[in-house]
Amino acid sequence: MTIGLGHYLTVAAILFTLGVFGIFLNRKNVIIIMMSIELILLAVNLNLVAFSAFLGDLVGQVFALVVLTVAAAEAAIGLAILVVYFRNRGSIAVEDIHLMKG
Amino acid sequence: MLLTALFFYLFAGVCIASGFMVIAARNPVHSVLYLILAFVNAAGLMVMLGAEFLAMILIVVYVGAVAVLFLFVIMMLDVDFAELRQGFLQYLPLGALLFFVFIVELGGVVFTWAFVPSVSQAFASPIPPLATASNTEALGAVLYTRYIYFFQASGLVLLVAMVGAIVLTLRHKPNVKRQNIADQVARTKATAIEVVKVESGRGLS
Repeated sequence: MTIGLGHYLTVAAILFTLGVFGIFLNRKNVIIIMMSIELILLAVNLNLVAFSAFLGDLVGQVFALVVLTVAAAEAAIGLAILVVYFRNRGSIAVEDIHLMKG
Repeated sequence: MLLTALFFYLFAGVCIASGFMVIAARNPVHSVLYLILAFVNAAGLMVMLGAEFLAMILIVVYVGAVAVLFLFVIMMLDVDFAELRQGFLQYLPLGALLFFVFIVELGGVVFTWAFVPSVSQAFASPIPPLATASNTEALGAVLYTRYIYFFQASGLVLLVAMVGAIVLTLRHKPNVKRQNIADQVARTKATAIEVVKVESGRGLS
């Protein structure tokens, strides 16, 4: 019973899908949506590392490192925008954010 | 081999279960804690894949920084989260439909993939055997040489994110006294002191 690449890809696929599902399920709560995005990026990282390990190529891990950086930057900026938005409107519901268009 | 499988299923199972709880938990604070659990277990999976450095970075960056940032923001914002959960089930059918579409598509990928035969001859930078270099060493040897521009660019991304986050959230309250260097330097004798003639016996009113 050996653990192959397919096993890791399955885990990553399920995590990715859970992230997408979370975005649709929690349509009102921006914080949960951002956490779902983090889950999606985690799944991508897992895929990169799995392919890197099973192919024997180190570049996948370098890419995973870059993805990690971008995910951290995205979380910081997103939460900053959220805090400013909450200060201005007193709510973080997604429906209210629709008012900003135009 | 059995132990490897056991740990793989342990890490994978807890990772997926906590990933599900992230989106299903009633309280966002619990969501963040489940997110931390998912990240720790993903780090375990990465250790099993031989990417120790990335696993430790995952714990340091995600658990130590990003998840704590989420926790701070959730606790700082005074939001009625019960209200935000209304209409939770309204989007369930669409979400479930997309969930199954994605699962079927990704399952098709997972169960039918195959490497192109030429791929094993064209490695950009093969992983050296563990006897000659550890994972961290090998990663550093590649990251700081061939991928130095990616490294610099990710540093730039972090700098921009830091400046952006500070600029967005910095707020000057109107009645807080601050030091104004330009005003201090521009002071002259005329603006600094005022000579008042006081009549004797009167005092200043």
